[in-house]
Amino acid sequence: MSPKPSSEPGVVVIGAGQAGVHVADALREGGYHGAVTIVGDEPGVPYERPPLSKGFLVGTTAPESLRLRDPEHFMKRRIKLRIGVAARRVDTVGRTVALADGMRLGYDHLVLATGAAPRGLPIPGSDLTGVCCLRTVADARWLRERMRSARSVVIVGGGFIGMEIAATTRGRGPHTTVLEAADRPLERALSPTMARHLVEAHRRSGVDVRLGERVTGLVGERGHVTGVVGASGHTYPADLVVVAIGVSPRAELAEAAGVRVADGILVDGSLRTTVPEIFAVGDCARHPNVHAGAMVRIESVQNATDQARHVADTILGTVDEPYARLPWFWSHQGELRLQIAGLRGPDEYDVVLGAPESGRFSVCGYRDGRLVAVETLNRPADHQAARRLLQAGVSPDPALLSDHAFDLKDFAKREVPSADRVPRPLPTREEHS
Amino acid sequence: MPEIVFHQPGGRVATVETEAGVSVMRAAVQNAVEGIVGECGGQAMCATCHVLVHESVLDGLPPIGDDEEEMLDCTAAPRDPRRSRLGCQLIMGTDLPKVAVDVPETQL
Ligand SMILES: Cc1cc2nc3c(=O)[nH]c(=O)nc-3n(C[C@H](O)[C@H](O)[C@H](O)COP(=O)(O)OP(=O)(O)OC[C@H]3O[C@@H](n4cnc5c(N)ncnc54)[C@H](O)[C@@H]3O)c2cc1C
Ligand code: FES
Repeated sequence: MSPKPSSEPGVVVIGAGQAGVHVADALREGGYHGAVTIVGDEPGVPYERPPLSKGFLVGTTAPESLRLRDPEHFMKRRIKLRIGVAARRVDTVGRTVALADGMRLGYDHLVLATGAAPRGLPIPGSDLTGVCCLRTVADARWLRERMRSARSVVIVGGGFIGMEIAATTRGRGPHTTVLEAADRPLERALSPTMARHLVEAHRRSGVDVRLGERVTGLVGERGHVTGVVGASGHTYPADLVVVAIGVSPRAELAEAAGVRVADGILVDGSLRTTVPEIFAVGDCARHPNVHAGAMVRIESVQNATDQARHVADTILGTVDEPYARLPWFWSHQGELRLQIAGLRGPDEYDVVLGAPESGRFSVCGYRDGRLVAVETLNRPADHQAARRLLQAGVSPDPALLSDHAFDLKDFAKREVPSADRVPRPLPTREEHS
Repeated sequence: MPEIVFHQPGGRVATVETEAGVSVMRAAVQNAVEGIVGECGGQAMCATCHVLVHESVLDGLPPIGDDEEEMLDCTAAPRDPRRSRLGCQLIMGTDLPKVAVDVPETQL
């Protein structure tokens, strides 16, 4: 006989990351009175990941300030936090979740916020000591420690996280090499102009960025890594190797439960999976995105938090419309403060605002004559303006942009005055705890 | 302990005590003060921590940085020429022991 579900049904959230914590909070802020439980397999208070490849590595972000919430916060809001325990199985018929510690939780609604896991290098030597990846605070602690004594760091993958880590080693001792298989980093996410500018800036500050260099092997001595072999035949000496070649969505639990999965948990416009009581949000979810006009999986804080709020509102019954928030993202690579609003496709026509040589410029990407994405480097005002324009679907004529006097911020203020936007009103209902 | 008073649009008031070195944004987020989102974790990259500081404490504030200035210029709720600040850039401590802010109608 299986044990009876140990809590009254309500909402169970699997994954205590950025998305999971936000679902629970948004439910309470919206006045949800039922039981809310978050199950998370990582130990400790839920935390945010962005500083892990930035301030945390250089020591400017203290461990306590990684916390998403105060530990007491969850109690105050009557959110049950089941931390350090994995969800093992979902029974979609009986509507229960079995946990690794034998506990079983019943649910009316289940939210999968399981995130993603770093992809490893499928090549010989990747199990050598000194080879790591960066996703969790435990990874970051280990890496920070190793970086203190490392002489040569090789970062495999020139994506956002790889470049951020490279920037933290700058001026701190180790010789740093970034090996990127493609001829230009972030081929799909970034304009050629911006990608080239970032690479050059990293090179100027002493990072050896090698493009078109696919890693084929790792070599070591007595179990410890000593070098990385590239397809060019060159061996790059390394006593520390960080593999940052992207992530895979954690969809095993969903798949085993019969929920449809295809490089991510598939959801509809309401972020509902193929099982009606089950939703998926954040890094693990592949959703139809109105801004991309396609099914996409987005790995960003904005995506995790906005989707979390949307699912909470759907459960509360306060929203009917499909999820439509504008994607935006930031990446800090030392002095390079990059922000992106919107999503790029493969064939954008780009117009540059400002002078790249100045280190402050924006790239406006047009698809079929419409503005779809704006990348800004050290120009936060353009980013804010772009978010306003893209969310409202207002597109400046590209010809306007070539006028030196054109100012994206002034244009946005004129064309989309804040009163015209449809802001989501802040919750007004009092939460009783 | 430094103290922050948050005035909500509906009139509700929440007082939060915090350690020195903690920002107005982080104090709000960690203590479930509604209406302060802090999506970027305090990097002056998102402007979802917009607050309107009460006139009486304006003099004690640090100057507005370049990034903050630009982010404030296009906030979701209209900017107040004097009182608007990013909560993540206001660090509580001996220089700023007490502050009172209005939470705007919207951050998103
Ligand atoms: C180093 C780093 C830097 C980043 N920098 C930025 C940045 O600058 N800007 C930005 O926008 N985004 C950044 N991101 C991305 C951002 O952090 C993620 O998009 C975000 O964390 C996604 O939130 P999530 O809740 O979907 O997933 P996660 O935060 O990964 O949370 C998922 C949680 O679920 C747990 N889990 C999975 N399966 C189970 C199970 N079966 N049972 C229990 N628990 C489970 C996982 O262990 C994890 O704790 C960065 C990410 C990393 C790793
Ligand atoms: S928290 Fe993002 S700007 Fe303040």
